[in-house]
Amino acid sequence: MQTSVQKVTPYRVFAVMMLLALVVFFTFPLYWIITGSFKDVQAVNSAVPVWFPTNPTMDNYQRLFERPAISWLLNTIFICGMAMLLTCITATMAGYAIAKKRFAGRALIFSIFIMAMALPKQVILIPLVKEMSFLNLHNTLWAVIFPTVGWPFGVFLMKQFSENIPGSILEATRIDGAGEVQTFIQIVLPMVAPGIGALAIFTFISAWNDYFMQLLMLNTRRTFTISVGIAKLQDEMSNDFGLIMAGAALAAIPIVVVFLMFQRFFTRGITMGAVKG
Amino acid sequence: MQYTLTRQAKERRRRENLVGYAFMLPSLLFFLGFVIFPMGMALVTSFTNYSMTEFDFVGLTNYIRAFNDPVFQKSTLNTLIIVLVSVPAVTAFSLWVASVVYKMNNVSSSFFRIVFYLPIVTGTVAVTVVWKWMFNNYYGLLNYVLKNVGIIANNVNWLGNPATALWCIITILFTTSIGQPIVLYISALANVDPSLVEAGEVDGANHLQVFWKIKWPQIMPTTLYILVITTINSFQCFALIQLLTSGGPNNATNTIMYNIYYHAYKLNEYGYGNAMGILLALLIAVFSFIQFRIARTENE
Repeated sequence: MQTSVQKVTPYRVFAVMMLLALVVFFTFPLYWIITGSFKDVQAVNSAVPVWFPTNPTMDNYQRLFERPAISWLLNTIFICGMAMLLTCITATMAGYAIAKKRFAGRALIFSIFIMAMALPKQVILIPLVKEMSFLNLHNTLWAVIFPTVGWPFGVFLMKQFSENIPGSILEATRIDGAGEVQTFIQIVLPMVAPGIGALAIFTFISAWNDYFMQLLMLNTRRTFTISVGIAKLQDEMSNDFGLIMAGAALAAIPIVVVFLMFQRFFTRGITMGAVKG
Repeated sequence: MQYTLTRQAKERRRRENLVGYAFMLPSLLFFLGFVIFPMGMALVTSFTNYSMTEFDFVGLTNYIRAFNDPVFQKSTLNTLIIVLVSVPAVTAFSLWVASVVYKMNNVSSSFFRIVFYLPIVTGTVAVTVVWKWMFNNYYGLLNYVLKNVGIIANNVNWLGNPATALWCIITILFTTSIGQPIVLYISALANVDPSLVEAGEVDGANHLQVFWKIKWPQIMPTTLYILVITTINSFQCFALIQLLTSGGPNNATNTIMYNIYYHAYKLNEYGYGNAMGILLALLIAVFSFIQFRIARTENE
């Protein structure tokens, strides 16, 4: 990137001011959740907004943890971790095969993957609920994990990354007598590692926030995720605003921290995943 | 000699097929089992009266019922309003943000990308907790601010009023939709061939001309991608509605997706729900097709 000298025009000053105003608007929900979770009953219900908790209290969190909020959080982490792991394994293998192996039906399979991505994901959720009941998986965490792994975006992304592996290197390792598995682990994996990183973080964050699927698949307090748990709290305890804020904070803060830590990988994932040309 | 060579070639192709499918297998199992199979199920059951107790073939009954169902019509109208407002708004706004941000240094550009992505990462459930309070009739922030500034005299029940509820949903949907388009546009604008831009500037084109004549055609594929994904997402608007209004008041915020959920999940009318799902998929396909056609003629 060259550092071109930016001319300061009135328009640009105005545009940057606008952006900074929007920053307030876009960060406000998170700010309000975090501060709200430490407010006492009066502050949280006040008709005049209390911009900052003057007597911070841990009360809301105490009441939250009397419910199995920690187990909701653990369920979410299990779902995201498993979905991430399985997606990375299956998508890396398939993406490599589509990019580098000339097997019969390769083009057809790839177009079906692409077409499926354009279909509305939520439409298949209702039949998926039935399918999971048949498989005796309904109301287990696997009912949320498996469909996430099946979604073809990861295959597409890993195909993009695998395209960059030079054929000559693969040919050379083959001549050296390396087996397919050995080639995959020793040559392919290191070369597509940035792609795996991008896919891992992308899958983790999307799975964390896939509220609709979690809502349909999980319906007992034991299997709730943090999103579903907080949504139910909002239904049942709609007057206890402090409790709901603490729940929202517990749902949001871990994933926001993960996002901030791996933001670069994440950005790469969504730009590489966009269809080029 | 010739013979052994072809045999070797055949053997090699067989091996390539075998290896290819071995690597595809895990992914294909999940894809066929949890994407293609339920998709087929949705189509097949849409021609049945599948419910808790019945499973009989009923032909087009569900589809005819949908077309005559005033609630389905209302939910389709609402969905179309959401799509027709939010898709152009999201695309234009994210292009504007990206056009300001992409020239900045890495730190500031990352900062803005992160900020506009925050509502998505924070999660729909957590974000709606705040919005629900902002729109609240009695102690909401919006009423407080607007009353103090003097724009409204009395509290407005934003989510409870059929005239305003859908606009509240569209506003929240907007804030949770622009993160990805902004990231994509920033990367597309940074990749525009600088020599073309310089050539344009040497020829005396002003900023707007450089943008529309040189940059806009080059970022067209990104625009198309953004249009398609935003359309698909807006058509499937569900969580905000389930969390904030349950489709009310009086179906003012009912969308196709919420209606499907209500019939299939609450009333156990799977057949009817899946028929509406197929109609939604067709509607999305038509919109995507139109966008591809427009983008192609624009590029020629």
